[in-house]
Amino acid sequence: MTSTIKKHNTTLGTRLRGSFFLVSLLAIVLSLIVGGLLIAVTDEETAKAAKYLFAAPGDTLSAAWKAAAGAYAAMFRGAIFNYQAESFTGMIKPITETLTMATPLITAALGVALAFRAGLFNIGAQGQLIIGAVLAGYIGFTLNLPWPLHILLVVLAAALGGALWGGIVGLLKARTGAHEVIVTIMLNYVAVYLLAFLLSTPMMQRPGSNDPVSQIIHDSAKYPLIFGPDFRVHFGLILGLLATWGVWWLLERSTLGFELKAVGANPSASRTAGINTTRVTILAMVLAGALAGMAGASQVSGTEHFVVGGVAASIGFDAITVALLGRSRPLGVLVAALLFGAFRAGGVAMQTQTGTPIDIVLVVQSLIVLFIAAPPLVRSIFGMNARKARAAAADDSKNTTPTPPSGTVTSGSTL
Amino acid sequence: MKTTESTHAAPGHRASGKNTGTVVPVLVRDRKPVIGYGIGALIALLFFAIGAPSALATFRLSSAGDAVELPPLAIPSAAAGWVLAALLVAATVYAWLNLRAGRKNPGWLALTYGLAFLMAFLIWVVGSANNPNISLITLLGGSIALALPMVFGSLSGVLSERSGVVNIAIEGQLLLGAFAAAVGGSITQNVYVALICAAVGGVVVSALLALFAIKYLVNQIIVGVVLNVLVSGLTAFLFGTLLAPNADALNSPPRLRSFSIPGLADIPILGPLLFRQTLLGYLMFVAVAIVWFALYKTRWGLRVRAVGEHPKAADTVGINVNRTRVINVLIGGAVAGLGGSYYTLVSVSQFSRDMTAGAGFIALAALIFGRWNPLGAFFAALLFGFATNLQYVLAQAGTAVPSQFMAMLPYVVTIFAVAGLVGKSRGPAAAGEPYVKG
Repeated sequence: MTSTIKKHNTTLGTRLRGSFFLVSLLAIVLSLIVGGLLIAVTDEETAKAAKYLFAAPGDTLSAAWKAAAGAYAAMFRGAIFNYQAESFTGMIKPITETLTMATPLITAALGVALAFRAGLFNIGAQGQLIIGAVLAGYIGFTLNLPWPLHILLVVLAAALGGALWGGIVGLLKARTGAHEVIVTIMLNYVAVYLLAFLLSTPMMQRPGSNDPVSQIIHDSAKYPLIFGPDFRVHFGLILGLLATWGVWWLLERSTLGFELKAVGANPSASRTAGINTTRVTILAMVLAGALAGMAGASQVSGTEHFVVGGVAASIGFDAITVALLGRSRPLGVLVAALLFGAFRAGGVAMQTQTGTPIDIVLVVQSLIVLFIAAPPLVRSIFGMNARKARAAAADDSKNTTPTPPSGTVTSGSTL
Repeated sequence: MKTTESTHAAPGHRASGKNTGTVVPVLVRDRKPVIGYGIGALIALLFFAIGAPSALATFRLSSAGDAVELPPLAIPSAAAGWVLAALLVAATVYAWLNLRAGRKNPGWLALTYGLAFLMAFLIWVVGSANNPNISLITLLGGSIALALPMVFGSLSGVLSERSGVVNIAIEGQLLLGAFAAAVGGSITQNVYVALICAAVGGVVVSALLALFAIKYLVNQIIVGVVLNVLVSGLTAFLFGTLLAPNADALNSPPRLRSFSIPGLADIPILGPLLFRQTLLGYLMFVAVAIVWFALYKTRWGLRVRAVGEHPKAADTVGINVNRTRVINVLIGGAVAGLGGSYYTLVSVSQFSRDMTAGAGFIALAALIFGRWNPLGAFFAALLFGFATNLQYVLAQAGTAVPSQFMAMLPYVVTIFAVAGLVGKSRGPAAAGEPYVKG
């Protein structure tokens, strides 16, 4: 293993960068093909045509193609550009929906990515997001403040809530060695039930309603819409872009970021070098939680305007896949979040127009991440140079998997 | 074949030698359990003793028509609260004295403490309900039923993690098991075929886990997390496209009926709990026993544990590390898949979207709370099933404790467990690390 890495070290950087984009592209194509096959095979028309498969095989194939292509075309119209729309607004509405869907994903995934870089596997974005959303909602409908102050307070409260929920994880990890994967999974559930409880108390529940929904937040607590009232794109997107730059700056230009990456790469060496690993671990989780909490603000102040049980949707879990796809680099996360936002927006359109369940999006997304994590598999499927692939296999699995390096933090702690 | 280790000491002790990766320096004397005991005793004193309700807490021990009808048990809440709280305080003091003297706490202490706390809590919560009268049989029987998929799931976790592969994909194994049982059972209208389909469903998820984690060396946690999403999406998609429109043909599996074991089923309390089960229920007890015996009393088990603790050493003595891991992960998948069939063959007889609802993650928690031991995981899963069922039973009795807090309990308890407040919980040393020869 070590000898392989040494042998290839000289060209590794350049070679990986080139092959990574190719592998990512192929992984996306491969996942879309598998998704398309699934859509085609389960299609009713295909099933009808398949009954006389041997009499007229062309019918089955064309029905299958129609099903898959139809679904993907609907997805494209829902995510990028609707060429069937009558007005200009209708035509560009899909791409703005993609941006809206991507907004909470950007910050939540940045949180996951930041923790990854510090060697922490943060599965808890969902819980952190929920707590952020609860606080954002509470500040949003209880306080009566002028516009810029109120929204500022809402964002701060959301970040604080997320930071608190993430901070618990960091604290337990640093002080007791409790494995962050377990603690975050458990805290996700605690957050879900806490939200359900709060929505049944007079503190949160909408007066006169028996449903577990909160009051609607004041207008002063809502994010302004960037492109006017026709589109849902809100100020949270700008904050997301700022956060992307902020995380990049933190990781690449600041002392804390350097320490964070060092702890992620090798905690023992970092401690020997005089880095306070306890402090770094706690801070990393606090920051990760704050970013996820901001995604909660984006949900409450940007799109939903009130808090319900499903306020977090599955953003916190999607964020993990987004962070993995973006290889835990801020810019990569941004691109991956936009891609997943497009899948989400397109999936909604696809479900309403062709009746294909939106769940196919989950299948495609998870396949993309699996394939990207295993470049040798993608290479062998596409019949790329087998000898070279074998040589690169060991390196790739180490380098293209944006994770806490196994054998450092993961081992020896409690899992 | 001789194995000299005692089963309970196995995971904690060997792992404590290897502490290089943890952030905290190694404490020779661990104060955390005593702190945990203290917190529990304080809660008991404040709520269960001082805040005890004045009512009698009544527990019905048998239902009408049983062969032996026992009178209901009526317990004065306040008196019982004080006695049990005093017991908990005494246990805390004893643990503290042991800590000061540098002695190890005996194993029965934690067990006694846990049982006393559980009883005190139960008496308090039932006593303060609007109708302080519940059926103990319903409470415990429902707990076993609810715990069933979690037990199978945590056994799957034990099998794969003991060989060094972290299994976050339990949820996916359960879900695909449930799905496969529903489809296979609907097509053939045969429960046994449905059970086999369920096991195959679990194995499919396992095979993917093994392929990516062992062959392609992808981080095991990533694979697990992503596989859960994949299975959730895939089953929901197929449910939407195939099962929902053709519910009669594809989503109406036969039911697995429960049957009593003659004689044994008439034993008071235990009879209705243990000997009126479905085939799957009996399989659960058998599976726990088999996994325990195989892991601790056979040559195979010793090898598996060696692979999970120190793969290099195992390799050196000629054990094929990765083959052992693949086999274990696959067996685990079959076990979890069987557990998943509970949802579609026993609980309700149709599949629905994400119907496992996080049971796989509770199974993961049970695995950790049970310290990677099949018996421990079994009792932990029972405890979590108990907590879940208690909220249903208490909702009927009308309790002051919000049901959401009851539902939170397993998760909070697990956090305490991994933080070391309820004793040490350390996993196999090599879990999570891929093994590359050389």
